[in-house]
Amino acid sequence: MEKLILLCLKCILLCSIVEAVFEDQVGKFDWRQQYVGKVRFAHFDTHMQSSKKVLLATENNVFASLNTRTGELLWRHVDMTGPEGNIDALLQYGQDAVLMVGNGRQLRSWDINVGGLNWEIVLDSGSFQSACLVGQQDFVKHVAVLKKTVISLHYLSNGHQKWVENLPESETVDYQAVYSGGNGEVYALGVVPHSHIAIVAYSLEDGEIIKQISVEAPWLSNIQASCAVIGQGMLTCVDSAAGSLYTLDLHEQSQMTQIPLQSLGLEVTPGFQPVLVSTQPNPARPPLSEFFLQLGPEHHLLLQLSDGQIVTLRDFKPAMLVAFATPGEKTVAAVMSPKNKTACSLNLFSAESGRRLLDTTLIFNLDPNGGKPEKLHVQAFLKKDDSVGYRVMVQTEDHMLTFIQQPGRVMWTRDEALSDVVTMEMVDLPLTGTQAELEGEFGKKADGLLSMLLKRLSSQVILLQAWIAHLWKMFYDARKPRSQVKNDVTIETLSRDEFNLQKMMVMVTASGKLFGIDSKTGSIVWRHYLDNIPSNAAFKLMVQRTTAHFPHPPQCTLLIKDKDTGLATLHVFNPIFGRKSHVTPPALPQPILQSLMLPLMDQDYAKVLLLVDDQYKVSAFPSTKNVLQQLQEMASSIFFYLVDSNQGRLSGYRLRTDLSTELIWEVVMPTEVQKIVSIKGKRPNEHVHSQGRVMGDRSVLYKYLNPNLLAVVTESTDLHQERSFIGILLIDGVTGRIIHEAVQRRTRGPVHVVHSENWVVYEYWSTKSRRNEFSVIELYEGMELYNSTVFSSLDRPHAPQVLQQSYIFPSSISAMEATLTEKGITSRHLLVGLPSGGILSLPKMFLDPRRPEIVTEQSREENLIPYAPELLIRTEWFINYNQTVSRVRGIYTAPSGLESTCLVVAYGLDIYQTRVYPSKQFDVLKDDYDYMLISSVLFALFFATMISKRLAEVKLLNRAWR
Amino acid sequence: MARPLPFKIAVVSTVLFFVCTSYVYCNNGRRVGDVMDTEFSGFSVPLEHSFEVDEIAKFRVRGALVLKAGREPSVSLTQSQLSEEDRTKLKEVAAVDGLYRIRVPRVFLQADRQTERQMEGYLTSFVRACAMVESHLSDVISLHTDVSGYVIGVSIVTFPGACRGTEVEDEVDLEVFNTTLSIMPPVNAPGPDTALFVERMEQETEKKGKNPQEQKSFFAKYWYLILGGAIFLMVTNSAQPPAGGGREQS
Repeated sequence: MEKLILLCLKCILLCSIVEAVFEDQVGKFDWRQQYVGKVRFAHFDTHMQSSKKVLLATENNVFASLNTRTGELLWRHVDMTGPEGNIDALLQYGQDAVLMVGNGRQLRSWDINVGGLNWEIVLDSGSFQSACLVGQQDFVKHVAVLKKTVISLHYLSNGHQKWVENLPESETVDYQAVYSGGNGEVYALGVVPHSHIAIVAYSLEDGEIIKQISVEAPWLSNIQASCAVIGQGMLTCVDSAAGSLYTLDLHEQSQMTQIPLQSLGLEVTPGFQPVLVSTQPNPARPPLSEFFLQLGPEHHLLLQLSDGQIVTLRDFKPAMLVAFATPGEKTVAAVMSPKNKTACSLNLFSAESGRRLLDTTLIFNLDPNGGKPEKLHVQAFLKKDDSVGYRVMVQTEDHMLTFIQQPGRVMWTRDEALSDVVTMEMVDLPLTGTQAELEGEFGKKADGLLSMLLKRLSSQVILLQAWIAHLWKMFYDARKPRSQVKNDVTIETLSRDEFNLQKMMVMVTASGKLFGIDSKTGSIVWRHYLDNIPSNAAFKLMVQRTTAHFPHPPQCTLLIKDKDTGLATLHVFNPIFGRKSHVTPPALPQPILQSLMLPLMDQDYAKVLLLVDDQYKVSAFPSTKNVLQQLQEMASSIFFYLVDSNQGRLSGYRLRTDLSTELIWEVVMPTEVQKIVSIKGKRPNEHVHSQGRVMGDRSVLYKYLNPNLLAVVTESTDLHQERSFIGILLIDGVTGRIIHEAVQRRTRGPVHVVHSENWVVYEYWSTKSRRNEFSVIELYEGMELYNSTVFSSLDRPHAPQVLQQSYIFPSSISAMEATLTEKGITSRHLLVGLPSGGILSLPKMFLDPRRPEIVTEQSREENLIPYAPELLIRTEWFINYNQTVSRVRGIYTAPSGLESTCLVVAYGLDIYQTRVYPSKQFDVLKDDYDYMLISSVLFALFFATMISKRLAEVKLLNRAWR
Repeated sequence: MARPLPFKIAVVSTVLFFVCTSYVYCNNGRRVGDVMDTEFSGFSVPLEHSFEVDEIAKFRVRGALVLKAGREPSVSLTQSQLSEEDRTKLKEVAAVDGLYRIRVPRVFLQADRQTERQMEGYLTSFVRACAMVESHLSDVISLHTDVSGYVIGVSIVTFPGACRGTEVEDEVDLEVFNTTLSIMPPVNAPGPDTALFVERMEQETEKKGKNPQEQKSFFAKYWYLILGGAIFLMVTNSAQPPAGGGREQS
C-alpha cells in the first residue's frame, strides 16, 4: 500500500500541475447560469400575503422555486432525465407542494420555503392519469391519485396510503379525471370513447363505492380535453361537432342536459376545439360556477352556470389568453388581448360579475425577436385598501418567462430556451472604430504615394483623437466613486480586448431561438427567435466570415434540417448583432445530405459553403461567378464523404467541374454485425506546433498528422455482454483507405470520442469488468517523414505505426472535448464533463500509449509517466470548483489570443464559461510581479555603467598624462 | 492482506482469460464436420478495374481473387497482363490526372455456402492513374474485414506513391502487375493492463522486503523528528501565555 502511495506521489511530482483557482479568483474569469427549462406547471405561493415565490415544474424534469422580485432561483431539484423523472402533476397546498413523478411512480411532498423533501413514497408503476387534493370541512388532508386501474388516497402529512381501490371495469373504461368537491366523496371520471361516461363515487373515509353511474355520451372521447367540473359538482362538457354544451350533475342526474351554443348566441370558430377553463380556489370547496369557454384562437367567453342555466357574463373578443386568480375571498380573471402589433394589454375582471376592475390595465410589450405569448400565470394580491393588485408571468413560445408589474414594468425575464443549447460557436468581437480604421488602411490596395500619405496622416489624427478621448474619460471616471463606474455591455461597447479573451458566444437552442452572449460577463447581447422550426430539427452552425475582414460584416450561417424529410433552410445572420443578413440564402428544394465549408473565399472574404443534395448535385453559397470559377479550378481536389448509418455505408465523392459529383470509394459495414454510431473528424482551426516527439535518445518520432482522417465508431448489433463490442476505424476521408481497424471486445457504448492531432481518445463501458475505461490511439509515421513539405492523402503509401493503451476511469462521463489554443504549443488537456456536475481537466499526458510498463533511463529522459492502469480523478483538476454544471451535454473550446489560454464553455441544463491554462500562464506576468525591483535594478545598472565609464575615462586620461 | 489480493486477481483474471478464449474458440458458429471442406475450398471473386479519360467508370475484369475462408482467411490473386490498348489508355488517363479505380464484390468469408458468401454491392477504391503508371503497376491491395468475416473495405496504394511526372518510356514496364495482396482483420484493442501492474508492484514490495532498513515503520524511522517537533511545539505554546498576560496588564 505504501508503495502505491509513493508511486502516486511520484506521478504527482512528475507532472506538478497546479490548476486550482485561488479564493480571490472565484468568479473573476468564469460565470455560471442556471436554468430550469420549459415550464409545464407554475404555482404562485399564495398562502402568505408577502410571499415572493413561484414554483415551477418543467419539461426538463426540474422542480424549482424562483424569487418573484428578481427572477433568481431560490432552490432547484434536478431529477433524472427521460420518462423516469417526468413530472406528471404539481399540486400545492399551504407550505406543501405535492409532485407526481415518473408516470405515477413516485409521490413526493416538498416544503416550498426551503425546498426540502417532506416525504416520498413509491407507488406501483402504472399509467398515471390524474391527481387532485381532497379536502373536507375546509381542511385539505389527502391527495387522490388516479391511475389506469386503481385509485388511491394518501395523507398529505406523511404520504401514507389511506386506501387503495381497484376501478370497476377498468378494461373497457378509460378513467381520466379525479374530482373532489369537499363533501366527503371522491369521484373518478372515466369514458368509454363514443359510448358513455362512467362515474364512480368513493367514500373518503374507507374507499367504499357509494355510487356508480354511467351516462350516455356518444360524442365524447376525451374528458380532460373537453370537460370540466363547474359549480356544485356539475360536469360540463363541450362538443364542437354539435356545437353545444352538456351538463351533468354528478350527485343526482343520470342524463346529460344539452345546451346548444346557438341558444346562447354563440358560434365556434371552424376547425377549433373549444376549451373549458374552470377554477377551484380551495380544494375543500366546490369549484366556482363561473368559467371560461374558448371558442376560437382569440375568442373567450366568461360564462356562469346557475340552476342549470348558462348565462354569458362577458364576451372577450379578441382575447388570446385568460387566467383565474384568487386573492382573498373574491376571484378575478385576467384577460390578455392584443393592443397593437407590438403590445398586448392585460385587464382584470371580477369573475362574479364580469365587470372590469378599475386601474388594472397592464401593458405587455411583445419582443420583435421573441415568440408569441403562450401561457399566462397571474399573481393577484389585495392591496391595503382592499383593492386587487396583480403581477403576471407570461410564458412565450420561445420558452421565455417575463414577469411584469403594473403598469407594464418588466421586473425580470428568464430565457429558459438556454437550458437546451444544441450547438454553439465563438466569434471574435469586432475591432474598435480606430483599430478598424487602421486595418482598413492596410486592407485597401495602394493607389499612389500622396494618397497613401494622406490616408496615413488622417488615420494618425483619428488615433490621436481617440487617445485624447480615452484620457479624458479616464480622468472623468477617476473622480467618480468606483461603484458608479458601470461597465454595461451594449453592442456599442463591444470590442476586442488586447488578448482576444472576450468573444461573442453564438448559441443555437432546440426551440429555434438564437442567442448572442458576451463571454466575459454572460449577459445576453441579442436574441433572435426563428419561428417555423420543425420539432425534430438538426442544426449546424458555421462561421462563413470572421470579423477579420473589415468593412465586410461577420457572417454566420445556420443550416436547419428537418430530420424526417431532409429538407433544409439556411438562416444567414451577423453574429455580433444578431440581425438577419441582407444576403439572401438560396432556396433548397431538395433534401440536403451533406454540407461542408471550404477554405475558399469569394471576393468578399466569405468562405464557400457547399451543399450536397440527394441527387448528389452540389450547390455553392455564395454562388457568385468568382466562386464558381474558383470551384472549377479546384474541383479535382475537393473530396467529401457521405455516411448512411442505416445501411452502414460510407462513401467518398469527388467534385467535378460542372458541380456534379462522382463516387470514388465505398466502404460498407454490414448492419447485421455493427452500426455506425459516430464519426469524428479533426477541427479545421486546429494547429499542431511540433511535428514529432523527441525521444530519450534524441531521435525524433514523427507524428502522423493526416488532416483528412476520420474516426468512425461502431457498436455491435448483438448486445449480449459476452459478444458485444465497439469498433474504432480510422479512415482517410479522401481515399477511403482504412488506416486502422480495432475492436474492443466485451464492451458497449455510449462511446465518447475526441479526435485531435495524431491521437484519438475514446471512453466506453466494459461489460467484462463492469467499469468505464478510456483508450487512446496514437499514430506515428516513424523515425522518418515520408514527405515533410506537404501532406497529401493521395501519396502516403506507408501505413502509420499505431500505438494503443487503455486505462480504468472511476466515473462515467457525459461529454468530452480537448482544449484548443492559438498555435498549439501549449500541452493539451481533455475536458471531461462528469454526471456529478464537475468538469475535469485531464492532462493528455496521462493518456499516452507510450507510458512505459517498466521505467527506463530513456523514458525518464522523455518525461513519460510510468503506466498505471487507473486514471485518478484529482479534485484540483475540477475547473469549476463548486459551480456544479447540471446535465452537461456538450463542451466547447475556443482559442484565445494568448497561447496559454483556452476558453471553455460547458452547456447542458446550465451554462458555464471559464478559461483554462493547460501549461499554466507561461506568457503572462503574474499579478504580483515586482515591477519596482526590476526597474530599480535596471536604473541602478544603467547609472553604474555611466559612472564607471566616466571613471574609466578619467583613469585613462590620468594614465596618458603620466 | 495487501499481498495475496493482487495475486488472487491475477490468478482469477488469467483463469478467466483462458476460459473466455476457449469459449470464443468453441463458439465460431460451425459444426465440427464442416471445417474440412470450408477451410480448404477457396472460392473466387472478380477483381475489376476501370480507367477512363471521361471519368465515367466502366469496370472490366482485372483478375480473380481466390479467397480461402476460415478462421485465418487467406487470399491470392491471378491476373492477366495489360493489353496494348489498355496500356495506352492508362497512359492517357495518367496524362489528364484521371483515376485508376478498382472494385471487389462484397464478400462474407465465414459463410459455408457459396450463395451466402457474396452479397449485393461492391467495395471500391482508387489511386491516381499517374501513380499507377509511375510505379510500373506495382500496387498493394488490402481487403479489410470486420470481426465476423465480412469484407468491409478495400484499399489500394502504389509504391512509390508520388506522381513526379517521370515518363515511362518502356512499354514492358506496364505489362505485368506486381501486386501485393493481404487480408487485414481488425486488431484487438488492449484493455487496461492490471495484471502486469500488480505483478510489478509485488516485485517492488518484495525488493523492499529484502532491505531491512526500509521495512521499519514510519514512527520507527522518524521518531526523533516527531519528538523534536512535539517538544518545539510545547515550548512555543508554554512561552506564549506570559506574553499575552503582560499585554493585558499594561
